[in-house]
Amino acid sequence: MDVLVCLKRVPLAGGTLILTPDSKDIETKHLGFGISPHEENAVEAGVQLVEQMGGTLTLLTLGPPDAEEQLRTQLAIGATRAILLETDGQEWDPQGTAAALVDAINAEETKFDLIIFGAESADSAGYQIHVRVAHALNRPIITNVKAMKIENGTLSCDRVVSAGREHYEAPLPAIITVRDGLNIPRYPSVPGRMQARKKPIDMKKMQAHVPKLEKLYLTVAPSKSTGAEILGKGVEAVPALVEILKKIGTI
Amino acid sequence: MILVLIDHDRGELDQLSLQALTAARKLGQEVEAIVVGKDGASLATIVGQYGAKILHVAAHADLTDYTPMASGRALKDLVEKLKPAAVLAAGSPRGNEQLAHLAAFLDLPMAAECFEISLSSSADSPHKVSRSRWAGNLIEDAHVYSQLLIATIVAFSTEPESAAGPAASIVEFAPSLTPSDTQVRVMSRDAGDTGGGVTLADAKVIIAGGRGVGGSAGFAKIEELANLLGGAVGCSRVVTSSGWRPHKEQVGQTGTKVAPDLYLAAGISGAMQHIAGMKNSKTIIVVNTDPEAPIFKYADYAIIGDLHQILPALTAAIREATREAKA
Repeated sequence: MDVLVCLKRVPLAGGTLILTPDSKDIETKHLGFGISPHEENAVEAGVQLVEQMGGTLTLLTLGPPDAEEQLRTQLAIGATRAILLETDGQEWDPQGTAAALVDAINAEETKFDLIIFGAESADSAGYQIHVRVAHALNRPIITNVKAMKIENGTLSCDRVVSAGREHYEAPLPAIITVRDGLNIPRYPSVPGRMQARKKPIDMKKMQAHVPKLEKLYLTVAPSKSTGAEILGKGVEAVPALVEILKKIGTI
Repeated sequence: MILVLIDHDRGELDQLSLQALTAARKLGQEVEAIVVGKDGASLATIVGQYGAKILHVAAHADLTDYTPMASGRALKDLVEKLKPAAVLAAGSPRGNEQLAHLAAFLDLPMAAECFEISLSSSADSPHKVSRSRWAGNLIEDAHVYSQLLIATIVAFSTEPESAAGPAASIVEFAPSLTPSDTQVRVMSRDAGDTGGGVTLADAKVIIAGGRGVGGSAGFAKIEELANLLGGAVGCSRVVTSSGWRPHKEQVGQTGTKVAPDLYLAAGISGAMQHIAGMKNSKTIIVVNTDPEAPIFKYADYAIIGDLHQILPALTAAIREATREAKA
């Protein structure tokens, strides 16, 4: 079982986002970096599959040279090796990113049985790279997976919807996107971190890409109101709240 | 002409699709709609009411339930025939997925989660969109270089407005499906333990609990209030990752996005990803011990205090008030 997990380095933003002076990006001077939440589940799923079935787990990312930091952390969790498609730090649009990932996957000798993405990136939420990769590689794709198993070369997955669960199946090789809740991602161990330093990362410099979805600038979304009307402290405020519920028609 | 994908679950309308129809009308062109699967033909009345003149029905023996790649194929067939200026859908997991298949088939850009669209006025100038990023905390203004604009409309950004139109006329067509288009589809379903109660997406009232609830036992107070108001229980991510409540109750970027009439957040501090899922609720009420919690910025009303005292008192007071009203 050879698994590939695609990742994205993103800033770990807290409650408030601050923009760079040119309004093109988030000011990251004082921020740490990580990967998107669902991607931690993607790596965990890959590690578990290789533990159960043998094989290799490869990580793939497109990003700045500093994305090595995120790859090393995930290598420490149990991945075998990683590929870093180096950009100059500019954001790539989804079409360009998907094409670069496809080229990198096609250039590999390993024919990955399963390619795993997180369901959405924390920062850009374009909802399409995985689908484009599936089309280019002519593979089935199941998205938003919250439970999965592989038996006799068939992948079975569940997707959670508001009214319950939908069940999907596809033959391998396949592509999935996974959601938070699929598993509980483990933390890297100290020996894992030591080993990760020596694990191979293939670096490949990418040529600048001309986007068809071109970001012009960012603005911080206004919050709903200037703040809440404080009805009071403790149970003494409950009658005031009941009046509000009457006013808005809840009771 | 603007083509809008109407999403449905075996004939039951996805309400967010009405927002996409409303957004499409604002572009000042004729609006037509498409449903994938024969079951969707039953939506001609509502689709017409919201402004689409024609409802194209992609009919095929294999299209009996959600089949995302086949939707992409059906959309591609129709786009090539009708040459619309734009294809829109709801910014839901399904809407985004089906339009991503269309974009992949045509190798064209797609702008997901838009709340403003300005179509290009000439063939060589780009479309302009404003789209939601970082769980709705940032707005991106972007150019889309493509004759056909493929875009989804971010949930709850557009209030659905009826156009009081007559039922759309139904035009059935057979999409040119290949075996791989129908390979991934819903094979079976498990209704889960909805217990006959309202689901998060449909609830008019949601009582949500976070870390401050303290454990699964504490949710009894949340459940009691939700039941009393005929609402649903919601929760934050920490609650599901701690195993206190099932994932289907999670509200937020990684859970369900909701916009009920009333959202009461108890013991939820308001992480960015949670806010993204509930900030469009009509009235937001917060119960929290920490007045510095970020969620206060998004709330309409707040009580500072311990939910374990306030919620039972509120439940009792509502019972009293409804009893008085009946008497």
